[in-house]
Amino acid sequence: MNWKIWSLKKSPWVFHVNTGACNNCDIEIVNLLTPKFDVERFGIKLVGSPRHADALLVTGVVTRQAAPRLKEVYRQTPKPCVVFAMGACACDTGIFNAGYHVVGPVDKIIKEVDPNAIIAYVPGCPPKPEAMISGVVKALSAL
Amino acid sequence: MKKTVKKPVIAVGPFHPLQEEMEFFQLTVDGEKVTDIDVRISYNHRGIERISESLQFDQIPFLVSRICGICSASHPLAYVQAVEDIAGAKPPERALYERTIINELERIHSHLLWGGLGGHIIGYDTVFMWAWKYREPVLDLLEEITGNRNNYGNVKVGGCREDIPNEIIPRILKELDKIEKKTEMLTNAVLDDPVLHARLKGVGVLTREDAIKYAVTGPTARGSGVAIDVRRDDPYAAYGDLDWSVITQTEGDVFAKAVVRLLETFESIKMVRQALKKLPDGPVTMEVKEIPPGEGIGHAEAPRGETFHYVRSDGGNRPTRHKVRAPSYVNVPSFKASCIGGDLADVTLTLAAVDPCYSCTERLAAVDRESKVIHDYEALLQMSRDKTARIKKELGVPGIKMEDLQIG
Repeated sequence: MNWKIWSLKKSPWVFHVNTGACNNCDIEIVNLLTPKFDVERFGIKLVGSPRHADALLVTGVVTRQAAPRLKEVYRQTPKPCVVFAMGACACDTGIFNAGYHVVGPVDKIIKEVDPNAIIAYVPGCPPKPEAMISGVVKALSAL
Repeated sequence: MKKTVKKPVIAVGPFHPLQEEMEFFQLTVDGEKVTDIDVRISYNHRGIERISESLQFDQIPFLVSRICGICSASHPLAYVQAVEDIAGAKPPERALYERTIINELERIHSHLLWGGLGGHIIGYDTVFMWAWKYREPVLDLLEEITGNRNNYGNVKVGGCREDIPNEIIPRILKELDKIEKKTEMLTNAVLDDPVLHARLKGVGVLTREDAIKYAVTGPTARGSGVAIDVRRDDPYAAYGDLDWSVITQTEGDVFAKAVVRLLETFESIKMVRQALKKLPDGPVTMEVKEIPPGEGIGHAEAPRGETFHYVRSDGGNRPTRHKVRAPSYVNVPSFKASCIGGDLADVTLTLAAVDPCYSCTERLAAVDRESKVIHDYEALLQMSRDKTARIKKELGVPGIKMEDLQIG
């Protein structure tokens, strides 16, 4: 195993990117840090800068204004970086598919920057916190 | 070109660690004091009003509940009230009570959520952890009633989709007692804490005059001593039958807004309890066969203020126009009054104090793709005035001035 991947799997630090979500996935992500789920005991921590992040938690449909910012945030992360598309919107734009201001989904935009990006999908509207934990565990153990 | 002295500008956003959503504030500072603030939004504009016009009346509640994940009961409620207004439909009593219960549970979880985020922003993570821990049972109750922790999707035109089974009512009441006790503990701890007093009092003051001038709504207005509340002023659902009071504080600072929210949580618990006890028997849904041509309005008191929906129908099965005005739309401009003159360190807290929700607000994105110019509010206003002047000239309508109108 590549040592970079090996080190990525321990205590992943995550940066949360909202690209036009309804706040629902976002509050469920913050919920993960609070006493009921408390993912910090596994070393998973929300950080304030993409430069410190091992993984991006991306929510939302990626609006026209958000797309260049999302690309920039992805460029700033140290590689390898796992991108988690959280929720139905991030996975395939969901109910907002017909919107004129929607350029997503997330994987399309990320692949424009890095065609070999590692992308994991957690569907649901919003995914339950348990589903998010399960998604992160599955993605990291598949690396 | 005129030379101007550049002032130091500090950017907050679009991705800021303390903000859940994308928004961009440009703060002009003089030392530690904020001298001007500029808000740039529409990062979160998804074109919901346009999508709504392509969906059928029955599908739209699912879309509008996704305008904002935290107000996901108020938006559909305001929307179905607008459609029921067009159709002249009167939903059954039990449905009205159920809508009240779900809306008030939503308010409890939203206010606790805000309390926690407020604590997090000032670096007091104990409050954050407590408030969010006590919020969990409310989400469990909502999941038990509607099937989802957020995005309940429970209202529809003419009633509710799911009934509250009578068997679970005693359990909900028992759970509410527990939630009330814990919230009481949290509230007492917050009101008792000298650190919070020192940090929150006198910060981000929005005076009563400014509150009226900026036409703010919800807890932001009530924290500044303006007692407005749609639930009392124009009762919808079952609010007219319940006994509760509107909480106001006069100071207008962040502390007052926090107190309003925390005390409102108790009023909401009281309301849910009353509604559960009074819950009438009968069906929760009625058939609305067709939506006649016409227009209707519906409004509801979301946790952040008044949510307003306007729907126009031409007799078909899709609306021809659907307009949403969310509470943060009027609350956000009040930053001009509350942030300027304050300390830089207080800005994020002041911004958070109105509990802004940008996914609710962003109904408009003005982007000129050719020149890559993003129009600001002033420019849009000027454009709109120019257009009005042009139309007037084309039609030959004389202009009317305020002074010409006879008032009274």
